[in-house]
Amino acid sequence: MYVADSRSTPAAPAARLTTGRRSAVAPTVLALGAVSLITDVSSEMVTAVLPLYLVTGLGLSPLGFGLLDGVYNGFSALVRLIGGHLADRGGRHKAVAVFGYGLSAVCKPLLLVASSLPLIGAVLAADRTGKGLRTAPRDAMISLASAPEARGRAFGVHRAMDTAGALLGPLVAFLILRQAVDGYDAVFTVSFCVAAVGVLVLVLFVPARTAPERAPDAPRASLKAALALLGEREVRRLALCALLLGLATVSDSFVYLLLQRRLDVPDRWFALLPLGTAAAFLLLAVPLGRLADRVGRWQVFLGGHAALLCAYALLLPGWRGAALPYVVLALHGLFYAATDGVLMAAAAGAVPAELRSSGLALIQTGQASARFVCSIAFGAAWTAWGDRTALATAAAALAVCAAGAVLLRPADTARIEGRPV
Amino acid sequence: MTLRGKLIVLVTALVVLAGVATASVLHAAGREDRKNRVQAGGPPVRGGQVSLAPDSDRRIVFRNMAWGPHRDELATVPAADPSGPRTASGVKCLRFYAAAGTGVCLRAERGAVQDGYRAVILDARLKERAHYSLPGIPTRARVSPSGRLAAWTVFVGGDSYAGTNFSTRTAILDTRTGRLTKTLEDFSIERDGHPYRASDVNFWGVTFADDEHFYATMATGKKTYLVRGDLTARKVTTLRTNLECPSLSPDGTRLAFKKRVPGLPADAPWRLYVLDLATMRETALAEPRSVDDQLVWQDDRTVTYSLPGDFGADLYTLPADGTGSPHRLLTAGLAPAYLG
Repeated sequence: MYVADSRSTPAAPAARLTTGRRSAVAPTVLALGAVSLITDVSSEMVTAVLPLYLVTGLGLSPLGFGLLDGVYNGFSALVRLIGGHLADRGGRHKAVAVFGYGLSAVCKPLLLVASSLPLIGAVLAADRTGKGLRTAPRDAMISLASAPEARGRAFGVHRAMDTAGALLGPLVAFLILRQAVDGYDAVFTVSFCVAAVGVLVLVLFVPARTAPERAPDAPRASLKAALALLGEREVRRLALCALLLGLATVSDSFVYLLLQRRLDVPDRWFALLPLGTAAAFLLLAVPLGRLADRVGRWQVFLGGHAALLCAYALLLPGWRGAALPYVVLALHGLFYAATDGVLMAAAAGAVPAELRSSGLALIQTGQASARFVCSIAFGAAWTAWGDRTALATAAAALAVCAAGAVLLRPADTARIEGRPV
Repeated sequence: MTLRGKLIVLVTALVVLAGVATASVLHAAGREDRKNRVQAGGPPVRGGQVSLAPDSDRRIVFRNMAWGPHRDELATVPAADPSGPRTASGVKCLRFYAAAGTGVCLRAERGAVQDGYRAVILDARLKERAHYSLPGIPTRARVSPSGRLAAWTVFVGGDSYAGTNFSTRTAILDTRTGRLTKTLEDFSIERDGHPYRASDVNFWGVTFADDEHFYATMATGKKTYLVRGDLTARKVTTLRTNLECPSLSPDGTRLAFKKRVPGLPADAPWRLYVLDLATMRETALAEPRSVDDQLVWQDDRTVTYSLPGDFGADLYTLPADGTGSPHRLLTAGLAPAYLG
C-alpha cells in the first residue's frame, strides 16, 4: 500500500518541482491553512462571546446548555467518519470540505435569530456537524498535496495557521464589542462575513482534484474497504497506539483546573490558560513537524506524550514556583504540536490515497473517542479519590500506555516511503 | 478560471463582505447611541446622590435599564411609588445586591485584550471598600441581612471550539475580616445523610439566613439540590432535589425558588414555588411564565423578580402564597434589592 501511495500522488512531485527546495510547503497546503485560519477567526469570535451573550444578552443560564455537550461529542465522531467516507467516494474531498465549511458559515447568521437554548443548541450542533464533515477531507487534501517526506512540516504549517486564527478570533470579537457595547449581532454578522471569505478562498484557491486518478487495482472507496483498513498491519498499529495513548490523555479543562488548584493561578488569569497552550502550539507546530520529517513521526508523536507526562508530573507535587504555570502550559502546547498534525502525517503514510480521508477519519475518531472515555474515567477517579490521586493514576496510565505503544511501535512511515533517515 | 479572475472575484467579495461587516458594527454602535438618548414615555431618571443606608423611606435599588444618559446605572426609586422619578448613581454593575448598607457589585473591567470581571464591595455611599477578581461571567449576588457577608456566583467557560460546557463557581466573603471562601466546592458535602464527593459539583444562588448559615443550589450528576450550608463547619447538607436559586423570606420561614417542571418546553422549564421550611411543603405561585432569576422578597408576603421586557427586563411582584397574579412593579429594571 505504501507503493500505491507514492505511485499515485501526482501533487507531491508537482510540489517538489515548483519550489525546487527540499520539503517546501505546497500551495494547496498554504491555501487550506489560510481557509482554516480565516474559519477559526470566525468560529472563535463566536465561542468567545457566546457565554456572555447567553448570560447578559439573553438572560439565560448556560448551565443547562452544557448538558447537550456530551451528545454532540458522540455525534461529531460519527459525522467525521461519514465526511471521510463521502470524500473518498469519487475523490470528492473538496466538495465535502466546501459543504462542511459552508454549513458552519451559514450557522453564524442563524445565531442572530435563535434566542432560546434549544434553538441555539441546534445551531451549534449544525456548526459542529460542518466541522466534523470537513476535518478528514481537509487533512486528506493536505497529505495528498504534500511530498511524503515533507508531510510533517505541511501539517505543522497548517496547524500553526489554524491556531493563529483561533488566537485572533477572540481579539476581533473584543474589538467589535469595544466599538459597539452589547453588539453581539455585529459579532455574529462579522463572524459570518469572515467565514464566507474562508469558504471563498477554499472554492477559488484549492484545486478540485487533489485525489489521484484511481488505479485499476486500487481499493474502491466503500465502507467495507474503510473498515478493512484496520486489517492492515500499519494502520491497525497506528490506530491502536493513538487509542491507547488517547485513553490516558486527560481533557484540557481538567488540566487547567488542576493548574489553578495546584499553583494558585489568580482567578483573572483562568480564562487565559487555554491561550498559553495555544501560543505554544502555534510556535512549535512547524519546528516539530519538520523534526518529525527528519527523525520520524512516531518518535515525535511519542515525545509529545512524554511532554504531557512531564506536565502531569509537574502538577503532582506541592511545588509552587512562579514559572511553573508557564512550563506546564508550554509542555501542554508542545504535546499538541508534537501529536496533532504529526499523527495525521504518520497516518497518511499508512493509508492508501484512495482511502486517505476515511483512514484519517478512522484514526481521528478512535483517538477522540479514547480521550472522551479518559475524561469520563478521570472525572470518576477525581470523585472517588480526589484530584491528586486521580492525576497520579492518569500519569501512571500514560506511562503504561506509552510503554505499550513503544512495544507496538509502527514502522517509521517516512523511512518506508524511501526517505533516507 | 484564471488566477486574475479568481483574484477579481476574491477582491470583489472582500469589498462586499467588508461593507456588510462594517455596516453591522456601525449599526450596533449607533443603536448604543440611540439608547443613550431619552426614550419618550420612559420613566424619568436624574443623576443624584444614592445611599444604600437603610433609612425611614423604603426604597428599591436596581439596575436602571431605561434609555437615556443614565442607562445601566444603579438607581433608586421610592418603594411606595415605583414608577416615579429614579435617582441614578453613576455606578454600573452587571449584578448587584445590597443589605444593611453593604452593596456587592459584580462588574466588567475593560482590559487591553479582553474584559475581566470583578466583585466590588460598596459602602453605604457607594464607595469602593474592596475588590476581588472573578474567574468568569457574573450571574448571582447576595448580601447577608446584617450586611456582613457577601456571596457571588460566576459562570466559568470550559474549552475552546464551540465549547458549551459551563460550570459555576460560588464565593462567600466576610466583609469584616476579609476572609474569602473562593469556592464552595471546597466545603464537605453530606448528601442524603452520607458524605459525598464528586468532580462535577457546582454551586450557585446563595441566600443567607444569618452570618453563619445559608441556603444554595448544588448540582451534581444532572440533578439539582437545595443545600443548607454552615460557614464555620465548612459543610453543606442536601435538603431536597430540583430546587434552584433559593431566596429566604425576611422572617426566615420560607424559601422562594424556581423549579424545573417536567413537560415544559426546554427553553422555558422553570416555574416559581415557595417552600415552607417547617412543613417542607411546596406551594406553586401564580406566575404562568418561566422565570430564570433569583427572587427577592419585598416583605413576608410578596416576592419580586425580573422577566425579559422591551428595555432589557421589567420587575414584577407576586403574592408568595400562590394566590393573585403577577403585577408589574416597574419597567426597564433588573437586579432589585429593597432598602430600609
